[in-house]
Amino acid sequence: MTIFASFKKKLKYFDLDISFSCAKKNMMVMIGPSGGGKTTIIRMLAGLETPKEGKVIFGDEVWFDSLGCINVSPQKRRLGYVFQDYTLFPHLNLYDNAAFAAVNKKEVDELFDLFKISHLRKRKPHMVSGGERQRCAICQALARHPRILLLDEPFSALDAITRRGLREELKNLKSGMSFPIIYVTHDITEALYLADEILPVVEGKLDNQWMQRMIAREPSAEVSIRAAREPRLSLVY
Amino acid sequence: MDYLALYVTLKLALVTTVFLMVIAAPIAYLLAYYRFPGKSLLEALIYLPMALPPTVIGFYLIIIMGPKGFMGKTWGMLTGYSLLFTFVGITIASIVYSIPFAVQPMKAAFSKIDRRLLDAAYVLGLSKRAAFLRVIIPNSLGGIAASAVLVFLHSIGAFGVLLMVGGSIPGETKVASIAIYEAVETMNYQAAGMIALSFIPISYAFLLLINKINEGSRI
Repeated sequence: MTIFASFKKKLKYFDLDISFSCAKKNMMVMIGPSGGGKTTIIRMLAGLETPKEGKVIFGDEVWFDSLGCINVSPQKRRLGYVFQDYTLFPHLNLYDNAAFAAVNKKEVDELFDLFKISHLRKRKPHMVSGGERQRCAICQALARHPRILLLDEPFSALDAITRRGLREELKNLKSGMSFPIIYVTHDITEALYLADEILPVVEGKLDNQWMQRMIAREPSAEVSIRAAREPRLSLVY
Repeated sequence: MDYLALYVTLKLALVTTVFLMVIAAPIAYLLAYYRFPGKSLLEALIYLPMALPPTVIGFYLIIIMGPKGFMGKTWGMLTGYSLLFTFVGITIASIVYSIPFAVQPMKAAFSKIDRRLLDAAYVLGLSKRAAFLRVIIPNSLGGIAASAVLVFLHSIGAFGVLLMVGGSIPGETKVASIAIYEAVETMNYQAAGMIALSFIPISYAFLLLINKINEGSRI
């Protein structure tokens, strides 16, 4: 299944205007500076926000069409969505969280084994580490048998070492998945490591030169000041 | 000691609390999550009983619950009885009187829930109703319990409203606070003192319970 999306929406500081598609078994990494509209795009894909104009077509299903007045609710899109943090339900233990919308509860155990959190099944989210929470959030999303997986900076609240570990696990896992994955990040290293396809988004628009500019450190004043302030430690990992 | 009055008080407070929890939850949900024209007017209207003198609330309740008022008339047609001077009547009065105390803590608890939790629930396929029952309610238990305790305490203390709507019929509408008032009026200080004393452990225990709940919800 391939997902095709095109959105137009007025945001506070710029107008979002973008279209892209992502084929099955492909991991598309959406990258760009913070505040560039990446999360808005993901939320529109999920149906949590409505674009002013545009289309979302998944396979032969139309999820959104501003002309045809079609807007399939997030409940019916059946997708997996992992947010940066705070997505687990605080009143449930990890197992119940992952089983919350599971198609088959038996798979939750397999997923827990796969993500090495079986020993934490009875713990509440606040009793485990951030990395374990995000592992559980991915289990929760996968247990629903999503038709597409949206990961919105899933590891960016974690420390560098945990992040690298999870990134590797995700890359290994990818080969077993038969649906498109859209991964949002602002970290170039992460993007290069994971991506089959890269979609640089700057101020709501596709900007194919952004990666090169960032890597080559275009000597514009703004970029060099920032580079001096924060050395690119993340390249180490 | 007037055990009957104490019994009516506790029964009234319990029935009021149970009904108000059910009535207040959807109102609090509406106020916490939706924006609509006239929302602040509606909110002020719901909190109005807190700001009005109980006798004023009682007066208007007499008007609408009396045999010519729309509520009294409908009730009369359905059951053949009057609403005034009955237990049902004072229950309605007590519900109206305590509604702000039920809605406010619940609304506060609902508003505290992270919106992203609801987004996550919708993406996972839950309808708004299911998300309310499976996500919002279990994560607001502290606020709901606080609202139940407040309503209970507030309705065992009701006096003016109940006196106007219910009068003082033993076993039916004569609650403990009215019994105290009548005992004092007839100079029976011993009887008044006994009932008054029985309130102290009840109210104290419930306040301790509130503290316990607040501690629990902080973790």
